[in-house]
Amino acid sequence: MAFLEINDVQKQFAQTTAVDTFNLQVERGEFVSFLGPSGCGKTTTLRMIAGFELPTSGRIVINGNDVTHKPPNQRNVGMVFQSYALFPNMTVADNIGFGLKVAKKPAAEIKQRVEEMLKLIHLSALGNRYPYQLSGGQQQRIALARALAIKPQVLLLDEPLSALDAKIRVSLRNEIRAIQRQLGITTIYVTHDQEEALSLSDRIVVMSEGRIEQIGTPFEIYNFPLTPFVASFVGTLNVLSATVTNAGSGLLQIEGQPIRAARPIESARDGETVSIALRPEIISMNGASAGEANRLQGKVEDVSFLGSIVRIRVRFENDFIHLDTFNNPHLSLPQIGQPITVTFPREAVLVLSRAASAA
Amino acid sequence: MAQLATVEKFTAPVTPPATRQFSLAWLGVVPFFAFAIAFMLFPAGSLLVGSFQNAEGAFTLENIAGLFDESIRNSYWLSIQISLVTAVGGGIFGFLLAYAVTLGGLPKFIRSGLMTFSGVASNFAGVPLAFAFIATLGRVGLVTALLKQLFGFNIYDHGFNLYNFWGLSVTYMYFQFPLMVLIITPALDGLRREWREASEILGANSWQYWRYIALPILLPSLLGTMILLFGNAFGAFATAFALTGGQLQLITLKIGAQIRGDVLHNPGLGYALALGMVVIMAISLIGYSWLQRKSEKWLR
Amino acid sequence: MSKSSPWAWFWIGLGVLYFFVPLFATLEFSLKAQKGFYSLTAYQVALTDPGFVRTFTFSLTMAAATVLVGFLLIVPTAYWVQLRLPRLRPIVELLTLLPFVVPGIVLAFGLIKLYGHPPFSFTESELSTNGLLISGYVVLALPYMYRAVDTGLRAIDVRTLTEAAQSLGASWPTILFRIIFPNLRVALLSGTFLTFAIVIGEFTLATFLNRPAFGPYMNLVGDKTYIPEALAIITFALTWASMGLIQFFSRGTPGQGPLAGTR
Repeated sequence: MAFLEINDVQKQFAQTTAVDTFNLQVERGEFVSFLGPSGCGKTTTLRMIAGFELPTSGRIVINGNDVTHKPPNQRNVGMVFQSYALFPNMTVADNIGFGLKVAKKPAAEIKQRVEEMLKLIHLSALGNRYPYQLSGGQQQRIALARALAIKPQVLLLDEPLSALDAKIRVSLRNEIRAIQRQLGITTIYVTHDQEEALSLSDRIVVMSEGRIEQIGTPFEIYNFPLTPFVASFVGTLNVLSATVTNAGSGLLQIEGQPIRAARPIESARDGETVSIALRPEIISMNGASAGEANRLQGKVEDVSFLGSIVRIRVRFENDFIHLDTFNNPHLSLPQIGQPITVTFPREAVLVLSRAASAA
Repeated sequence: MAQLATVEKFTAPVTPPATRQFSLAWLGVVPFFAFAIAFMLFPAGSLLVGSFQNAEGAFTLENIAGLFDESIRNSYWLSIQISLVTAVGGGIFGFLLAYAVTLGGLPKFIRSGLMTFSGVASNFAGVPLAFAFIATLGRVGLVTALLKQLFGFNIYDHGFNLYNFWGLSVTYMYFQFPLMVLIITPALDGLRREWREASEILGANSWQYWRYIALPILLPSLLGTMILLFGNAFGAFATAFALTGGQLQLITLKIGAQIRGDVLHNPGLGYALALGMVVIMAISLIGYSWLQRKSEKWLR
Repeated sequence: MSKSSPWAWFWIGLGVLYFFVPLFATLEFSLKAQKGFYSLTAYQVALTDPGFVRTFTFSLTMAAATVLVGFLLIVPTAYWVQLRLPRLRPIVELLTLLPFVVPGIVLAFGLIKLYGHPPFSFTESELSTNGLLISGYVVLALPYMYRAVDTGLRAIDVRTLTEAAQSLGASWPTILFRIIFPNLRVALLSGTFLTFAIVIGEFTLATFLNRPAFGPYMNLVGDKTYIPEALAIITFALTWASMGLIQFFSRGTPGQGPLAGTR
């Protein structure tokens, strides 16, 4: 039995379904991210775990206890909000100690725990400051300490970094991960930033329009997306439509040009149209690589210089792909309008299980 | 001399064109400052000077000492009492109304209705307000008559009188609590949902949330607004005059009588009375702005 | 959270009673001028009284003059402070807050003691007394007018507008009267109605300066029956109209709430 179980949870607001049959088992100590665009239901799910929203149906079980109908203040769950939500009338130390204070813990114990927490987030000197005297990054670390001070069973983080500057975002991200590992606390992390999700998580739940699109490790999610949505939301995948010519041997056609996938196609039969995904970094131009590679002929439509890489848009008749190549001073960039042959290995052809709708 | 030298050194780098532009820019605000000096600072200055002058124009502290005469002390005290009662009473009632429309989960139209009424009622004061309360709670007022008819209860036999302390307080409340509603509603809006949620998830119940978080956060605004209400009642003249006809010995009514004719038999004492009011109002305004700044810092 | 609590209804109910019972009582009383049935007689008598017409017109004129003088003083100042002299802001704001510290009765006292005697003796002639009254009203209205104009100016980004006008070759009067004033429409209207609400029934200053204004007139007819109640209802309606117009014009403009008053 998993530590945190979310079974068939559904949430209906007036007319719309915010979350549709959500199922997830989280192991003790696991770090799971909910990733998706705004309005995909990730925050609603998190708020149901916290107890701020009541599921329309389904059960939420933490450590064997059904908490579905318990109020938030009896769940022993920690939460960090996007807007920090520090109590402005209290010092940093009082903020961190608040959960213990309302639990009527002895003052000495609170003091000791607060010091411990301040040390954990490396802000020991700031115990007597007020929130308005601190930077956003500091405030969010305090909020994290406050959530952890009550030794919660589960830690919930609702887009904790999105109000911060890019630089602090990265450093705080690493700190969150380090603290999570150190304490071994079961964590749910809500974000719309794929980079955050990929770098932090043990597993990622990709969501769209209230539904789970895919659950997997960052490696799986990035390299083997199951749906066009995951493919396009995580990384910058090229999604092309292709016609299956021989499913058994993985043969397809893209605008009349034949390519071959490494594995047989199971999700479609001959003559059907499927979506395939290609990572930009795996495609090369004019590659005279092994004879096994796929080749496609097109025209250079655009060349954009992105610093460490150069991104080239190659146009076929109706579709186009982006390919990335590392920048180096000796590179001779192709001219716009020039014909080009792009190559990619068979393993790179990802056939997506659901066809892209109206692509 | 040393001071002058530093000032000179400090201003020395200013180049001629900049100086010219500077003086031109000043021209735009001259009318305003002239007005402020003529009709605000100059009269205020004359109050100050007059308070320390006797009838012959010589310096004296007698006027200030006169403020501590029993009748004048009583007048100040009466004004302060009525201001305190209506500020606290109106403040609490206004707060409860604002709470009801912001966090009480009432339909939206009730909030906009309350805000409109508060805007009107907080501006409905003076002579017509006195008339309205005479028609309501006067000896033949509607409510007085209804209570007599329905319950055989004559409030005038039980110590109530519209023309004394409590009657005036009830009347003042009509503009006091709407003012509280207008000022405190935005502060209640400023209570962020996340604070409540954060306290809940940390294990606090509703009472603990209000005790440790919401009330402390609102306290500066609450106190500050009550101070404003205090000043609002303290300086009120027209309502009290129209209602009690100058019988109640409020400090404003006393100053009014002093303007009409030298009822205190000491023109200088009138200045001191006015100065005393300004001092009390200034203290309350300073208190208000101090509390306001504190709460702004928190609610940012 | 979205459940409405019974207490909320209770307090609102009490508030509604406090608001409406005096109004209803006054209205009911004002309609009883004829024995046995309700009539508008009291209103007819009140509105046709030459004293009413005279004093009301006088107060209207004073209000209009107050608005005019007030804005001519405040708009250029607020504009200049925003654009050129930000370092003056604390002083100007302090000055505009000063009237809060000076109750109407103290203002009346100060003005009369200072300007009612030699060497000024403004109260000798009617014209200069009116001038004194208007000045007093401008002082009373100053905090509200300034606040309305200042928030209005902040909202429209004066600097950019001015620079844009200058780059097109506009002169200073053109900028002020064709660019700034029109863009401050909402602020100016709010300030105007608020000033009207303050000045129309103002009692203290008008009484002590002995001017034939509407406030003292109301007090004068206070010992009649039915007429005062009718006048109270009329004043309430006027206040409501002013506040309603402010709300109407300032929809969606934050910081232009109706907050003012003479007690």
